[in-house]
Amino acid sequence: MTETAPGRRLDWQLAQVREIAVETFRVKSLLLQVPGWQGHLSGQHVDIRLTAEDGYQAQRSYSISSPPEDELLTLTVEKVDNGEVSPYLVDDLRAGDQFELRGPIGRYFVWTVATVWPLWLIAGGSCIAPLMAMLRHRARRKARIPALLIYSSRSLEDVIYREELDAMASHDPDLRVVNTLTRKQPTGWAGHRRRIDKELLADACFQPGQNPEIFVCGPTSLVETVSSLLVELGHDPLGIKTERFGPSGAAS
Amino acid sequence: MAETPISRGFKSRRAEQTPKDRLPPGQYVTTDFPVLSAGPTPQIKVESWTLALQLHGSLLRKWSWAEFEALPQTTVKTDIHCVTKWSKLDTTWQGVTFGDLLKAVGLTDPPEPYIMAHSDGGYTTNIPVADLVDGKGMIATRYEGLPVLPSHGGPARLFVPHLYFWKSAKWVRRLQFMETDEGGFWESLGYHNYGDPWKEQRYDGD
Repeated sequence: MTETAPGRRLDWQLAQVREIAVETFRVKSLLLQVPGWQGHLSGQHVDIRLTAEDGYQAQRSYSISSPPEDELLTLTVEKVDNGEVSPYLVDDLRAGDQFELRGPIGRYFVWTVATVWPLWLIAGGSCIAPLMAMLRHRARRKARIPALLIYSSRSLEDVIYREELDAMASHDPDLRVVNTLTRKQPTGWAGHRRRIDKELLADACFQPGQNPEIFVCGPTSLVETVSSLLVELGHDPLGIKTERFGPSGAAS
Repeated sequence: MAETPISRGFKSRRAEQTPKDRLPPGQYVTTDFPVLSAGPTPQIKVESWTLALQLHGSLLRKWSWAEFEALPQTTVKTDIHCVTKWSKLDTTWQGVTFGDLLKAVGLTDPPEPYIMAHSDGGYTTNIPVADLVDGKGMIATRYEGLPVLPSHGGPARLFVPHLYFWKSAKWVRRLQFMETDEGGFWESLGYHNYGDPWKEQRYDGD
């Protein structure tokens, strides 16, 4: 991927749905063919635009969950009740359908394997999407950079990419995945069962002296809490990159 | 590009349509107030807060919180538009206009045509002075009558509502006059240099 030359407009492009993957009962991944896609970095997002028969248009932003190495561009979408765009994408869209998108957008919340520092990812719910693009990028490149994902979900059924994450972690001694289930836990669950707190962040995680690159992505309350705790624990605020999703933020 | 594809079965789910002259292209109305920041929210105490006005590298004036609060206060009710597509209508903000800051340091005319706003946490954004004078821009300290929350930029944020809201820098601490325009944080990372929502200037090249 090369940087977009200054002043070059991000034009709307046609995306065709090649496949739809059911991730959880309210989350799907849309695998898109985008002819002429210029490539992206893990962590970036796209704007999509839907057009109704009467000409009404709606735009929203969605994070890319596929790494730059994959042929298809993947967006992972959670259905937001009373939303305008996400219920259409999750319930109505079929393979073969087309819509417009433009991107990639954002050059701050991005990560590549060209780094020496540990990678620390902290996610809540469907906001794991851009962080998954980073883990997939790391896996495709077989990078040995130490990586840790702390992932907060309501229940085991809400854990997106569960099998893929389990498989990644089991084949990779340098990657650790820590799940916490905040509302409902299966019988015999030995993992965490509370919201991400100071103890969880301090316990067996990267220390400030290791200069981890930290990415936090989740609902506003999670990101506010976690990023403040990380600063309290001594991590450099400039080393903590955040994306917050409110009910009508970028994930609606 | 090719013809715009129609999304079968997709239609507006908005209960009421916002008048076209209130909602810039590509935006939708929200009633809550999403928080978008690139890093952790700094916790700033007003006792140690200062606001500086700078000409290039030299200090014109620095206000303590108490001094700043003693400046003439202005209240505006207007709409705000975030580049991530949400707009919020009829929001009320109170603070000190850029014009009143200039008056307080005895400047009748701005000495340079551009401003770089610097914030706690290293965030910057650039704005033409013409977009700040005549009541177009202020340093806001109250939202809906209450102190601006830290997550929304409190104790003080820049407020330039006719541009996309990333220009209204949270946690602003220093306004610096510049002779030539330079890109700030998002402006150097692919976002539009000026950011007029009515021209949908979201990204570089728009």
